[in-house]
Amino acid sequence: MAIVAQGICVSLGGRCVLTAADMALQPGEVLGIVGPNGAGKTTLLRVLAGLLRPDQGSVRYDGSTARELGRRALARRVAFLAQDGAATWPLSVEALVGLGRLPHRPPFGAESEADRAAVANAMALCDIAALAGRTLGTLSGGEGRRVLLARALAVDAAYLLADEPLAGLDPGHQLETLKRLRTVAAGGVGVAVVLHDLSLAARFCDRLLLIHRGLRIANGAPGDVLDDAALADVFGVSVLRGQRDGVPFLLPWQTIDARGSTHDGC
Amino acid sequence: MRQLPGAGVRPVVLMPVLGLATLAMAAASLALGYAALPLGQAFADAIAGRASLPALVLMELRLPRALLGALVGFSLGMAGAAMQGLMRNPLAEPGIVGISSAAALGAVTAFYSGLSATVALALPLGGIAGALLATLVLFVLLGPGASTMTLILAGVALNSFAGAATALALNLAPNPYAALEIVFWLMGSLADRSMSHVWLVLPLMLAGWLLMASTAPALDALSLGEETAASLGFDLTWLRARLIGGAALAVGSAVAVTGAIGFVGLVVPHLLRPLVGHRPGRLLVASGFGGAVLVLAADLGVRLAPVRPELKLGVVTALIGAPFLFGLVQRLRREAL
Repeated sequence: MAIVAQGICVSLGGRCVLTAADMALQPGEVLGIVGPNGAGKTTLLRVLAGLLRPDQGSVRYDGSTARELGRRALARRVAFLAQDGAATWPLSVEALVGLGRLPHRPPFGAESEADRAAVANAMALCDIAALAGRTLGTLSGGEGRRVLLARALAVDAAYLLADEPLAGLDPGHQLETLKRLRTVAAGGVGVAVVLHDLSLAARFCDRLLLIHRGLRIANGAPGDVLDDAALADVFGVSVLRGQRDGVPFLLPWQTIDARGSTHDGC
Repeated sequence: MRQLPGAGVRPVVLMPVLGLATLAMAAASLALGYAALPLGQAFADAIAGRASLPALVLMELRLPRALLGALVGFSLGMAGAAMQGLMRNPLAEPGIVGISSAAALGAVTAFYSGLSATVALALPLGGIAGALLATLVLFVLLGPGASTMTLILAGVALNSFAGAATALALNLAPNPYAALEIVFWLMGSLADRSMSHVWLVLPLMLAGWLLMASTAPALDALSLGEETAASLGFDLTWLRARLIGGAALAVGSAVAVTGAIGFVGLVVPHLLRPLVGHRPGRLLVASGFGGAVLVLAADLGVRLAPVRPELKLGVVTALIGAPFLFGLVQRLRREAL
């Protein structure tokens, strides 16, 4: 039981974005995907979600390929939370969250009891029950992101793939979102999340996957992955480290010039 | 489920109301016209097979006109909602991918070649051929995996080509009367159509409606963007193919029998969107009914207005539609503030 990706290679517009990336996402864990801008994090997530077919390599969902599962079954198993979160039409919050149930509904089937329960659960978990009749455009950024997260949770999938769910959120909302993802994982869902805040990634993720220029640099416990050498090499920063209640944290402090030239994408 | 302010009118209420409104407008279209028609007697005679004058007026003039008004309006309204949903743009309309102008070109070609003078249904058949050819060109040009942006660009190209070719036909018209006839036909009208027109377009339109209606859940999902829609299990290439094919069948045959009737597909979805809680999927059928009501009403206006020669239907819908668009611009500006 896991999403297992092996030897994923993707080139977009003639540029090699991912090279022989391997990874696995287990149920019940929060896997943080970290790396500098352009490292291939989003591309990897899109491959995992079945939105992008890799040039090489395979992704297996609990042993089956996306083709064997079929689109709808895959959509029920893997929920994807896109980074940009705008709704074209001013649908009510409740209707938006309900879109997450579409993979479960037979064509032209009405909402079932299970659909209603899943929507209510997702809205309760994201604390947006009071916003049910509002539209996305009238909400604050933080509320809007909660609605979109609830939409992804309403799918009731075994795996949740979230692309930068913290982008544009204030510190309070960032912490809240990560706590929510931990709650989701505690319910048995495998959560993969692309993060830029290394400190939060180290604190809230069970495991980190560090990628750089399309290559997997490290994969393991946050403390092992984010060592000084890797941070200097991959991000080009030096960090301050500290501890609070026995939990280590780090703070990017200064850029250093020796940004790794050792890894070439292809 | 309980109803919330933003959720619109319940579909179990809205759809029957819109359906009844369509029926009422169609009945009015049967009952009202240039001359008083004893409807009861006309129906009795028509059913009994007596070729009396009222029966002839009903079966040869009023009934095809009412039926075509409803069918064409439904097609335009639904295709407008479908295109706005697909393009995720409130300014999309049925003609955006170039099908309407291609259908018009096909009909004009039938005119120009003189076929329409000799073959009974040459005009609508030419229009349908034009629409199908354009759809084929779109699919071949785009291939699988084309984006919506490519689709719009291909539509712009197709539109300007068909427009230029139509202008060329006018330019080279053998005499001014032929040119005038083409221009008048292009303005759109429901007058002087027969039941054979109805039978010709009915199956094509039904197929088109079904194709478009089948995309309702996918259009809902598309509200959150193409990526999210795909992650919810919808194949976007297949979605575009169904929508373009459906719109081509419905709108292509509509244009083929009535000429160009603008603004219906643009305006109607806007009017009804709040009533369906802004859900693009539910909007499809609602807009179909709304389009039927609007076209039937405009056609009644054309008949009842004391202006002779009869105003062209496309002219009237555009005259109603343009001020509405200005209103929409005003509203969008206010919302942007």
